[in-house]
Amino acid sequence: MITTENLTKKYNSQQVLNIESLEIPKGQSFGLVGNNGAGKTTFFSLLLDLIQPTSGKIINNEVQVSSSEDWKPFTSAFIDESFLIGYLTPEEYFYFIGDLRGANRADVDKLLSSFEDFFHGEILGQKKYLRDLSKGNQKKAGIVASFIGNPEVVVLDEPFANLDPTTQIRLKAIIKELAAKEDVTVLISSHDLLHVTEVCERIVVLNKGEIVKDIQTSAETLKELETFFGE
Amino acid sequence: MFKRFINLQWKAFFRSSSFGKSLALKIVMIFFGLYMLGALVFVGAFLYEILRKVFPDQNPMWMLSRYLVYWVFIELFFRYFMQKLPVMDIKPLLSMPVKKSSIAHYILGRSGFSGYNILALCFFIPFGIVLVFNGYPIMNVVLWLTSILAIVMCINFTNFIINKSDKALAIIGTIIVLLYGLDYFQFLPVKNFFGPIFHGLYQYPIAVLVPVALAILTYWINFNYLKKKLFLDASLRVKTKEASASDLAWTKRFGDMGTFLQLDLKMIWRNKRPKTQAFISLFMIFYGLIFYSMDAYGITSPMIVFVGLFMTGIFLSNFGQLIPAWDSGYYSMMMSQNIPLRKYLESKVNLISVSIVAMFLLSIPYVYFGWEAIALNFSCALYNLGVNIPMVLFFGSFNKKRIELDTSAFGNMQGASAVQFFVLIPLLCLPMLLFFVSKLLFSFEIALGVLAALGIIGLLFKEPLMKRITELYRKKKYIMIAGFKEKNS
Repeated sequence: MITTENLTKKYNSQQVLNIESLEIPKGQSFGLVGNNGAGKTTFFSLLLDLIQPTSGKIINNEVQVSSSEDWKPFTSAFIDESFLIGYLTPEEYFYFIGDLRGANRADVDKLLSSFEDFFHGEILGQKKYLRDLSKGNQKKAGIVASFIGNPEVVVLDEPFANLDPTTQIRLKAIIKELAAKEDVTVLISSHDLLHVTEVCERIVVLNKGEIVKDIQTSAETLKELETFFGE
Repeated sequence: MFKRFINLQWKAFFRSSSFGKSLALKIVMIFFGLYMLGALVFVGAFLYEILRKVFPDQNPMWMLSRYLVYWVFIELFFRYFMQKLPVMDIKPLLSMPVKKSSIAHYILGRSGFSGYNILALCFFIPFGIVLVFNGYPIMNVVLWLTSILAIVMCINFTNFIINKSDKALAIIGTIIVLLYGLDYFQFLPVKNFFGPIFHGLYQYPIAVLVPVALAILTYWINFNYLKKKLFLDASLRVKTKEASASDLAWTKRFGDMGTFLQLDLKMIWRNKRPKTQAFISLFMIFYGLIFYSMDAYGITSPMIVFVGLFMTGIFLSNFGQLIPAWDSGYYSMMMSQNIPLRKYLESKVNLISVSIVAMFLLSIPYVYFGWEAIALNFSCALYNLGVNIPMVLFFGSFNKKRIELDTSAFGNMQGASAVQFFVLIPLLCLPMLLFFVSKLLFSFEIALGVLAALGIIGLLFKEPLMKRITELYRKKKYIMIAGFKEKNS
């Protein structure tokens, strides 16, 4: 589904990302871990064509992302709060995204109703603008918005950060369910090794912009990762 | 303790982001600032002479006193928009071993030195000096100036008291209109009633105690209020207004474009800066009154073209020149969402076009000054529609500075760069020049025709122009995204 070839990103002379080759097949739930500055967000930004690669390319479902916009209809993402429109209420925001992604009000309402538990009564019908919600609740809204319109590729940057324990557990269940669908590819980055090993079939470790580990998740994965980062 | 506070204030000022602005912008801002102050000092110094000339049989001091009541209310009205008590600044001090009362004194005392207070003094002090030179008793003048200073402080502190409610603003606005109306239609001699009160401050120096007492009273009210409210959850929390969801269903009629139109309308309506700018634009319809009624400018002079372009295009230039920075807070989302850039830009064009047409319709009453007025505004509107819209979008592609939507619109240079000043040249001066030359060579009618024709040509070539502009935005996309992410720029 997503093919990366000889991708590099440099700021001035400093190399922040260098991926020779990375193939993410359709339907995989893919986890990206690494310390601060490892290049996780850079990779996602390149995947969404928010920054330009210094060399190389990313191909998303046969579309090269830096030269065509055709990847947009089937890809959705929540990277940070700059993906939210602060002066809209959550409902308005969901409908807006729905409009963009060809989902009508009924579709959006149906989707939202399945997230009632996840929202925990703090998102819908609050008469608050998104900018006035807490960080955690903003994140919830952003994550759910990225599920609108049946995207085939879902990109979530640090989805577990800032969430309370209950929500983290619920989010794990949601992502697992999403990943179980054959045609949805989920890309997640996280600092939390436990969460990411629980929800992802495959984990790639980035260090200083390069891939240092590429593991199919198994019972030993968490231990392996802990030893790696502990050193 | 206070020395430390002052030190903090000093650093806050010199390390503020506005000091890191580009040199060109700094120079322009300093220039405007000096110009404003200079103008006030100038008017203050010459007011005595002016009043003497206009009302030879009246005492200038008396004439000024008659109008001071309006000054008080109008200043209160404007301050409501411009000045807020900066309570958020003291958040870090709360957990420090500092007495709450000294924090409250600090923040109120600091507001006493705010620039808004200086504005009025720049006007009254030169006036007072001229009075002394004209033989008015020094003691009376000095005490009168003290009274004025006390009134300025009253305004300053009263503003903080009323700043919490929109209702107070409405009340002040109504009072101004009401007083003026009653006076104008001679129902009540407002000026004759308040004149002696303000004149008394000069005539009986002992009266200075009244405004000083009022100033102390307003300070005290503020102080007590603040001291009680210095908790994180009470007044220091930024108030969140209850959101009013609206679906603006009528925008659906515009099809795909409706989605964006709806977003833009909400953006304007729910954020302070674009909202005030929209209101200012609407008020600018009265701009013409100043020039149309002046004999120096005939109805066919280039100046009136400027007025026409300005009135029909004020929203175009205010709103348009900061496209796409209005969306800077969520631009990376817009760029990764399923949005064709072309549609995004086109919805902005539609919004601006509607504003131009609306402003033209509002300007129709100017026909009172002759048919030329309406013909002129019509061709100006056409020119704005056809030529200036693509132009403003083109210059918009150079924007890469973030805008915080919720900051005040007055004197706000955020998101501005040198480009915003240059853009006015092609936007306004070019058509003025075109008009001037063709009127000189041919006639007024042909000059109008030239502007209108250029507008129509622009409209005919809209398709290729928009294509080019879209391409430009696509190319600049990465620079914009990176620029909009930088806060404090």
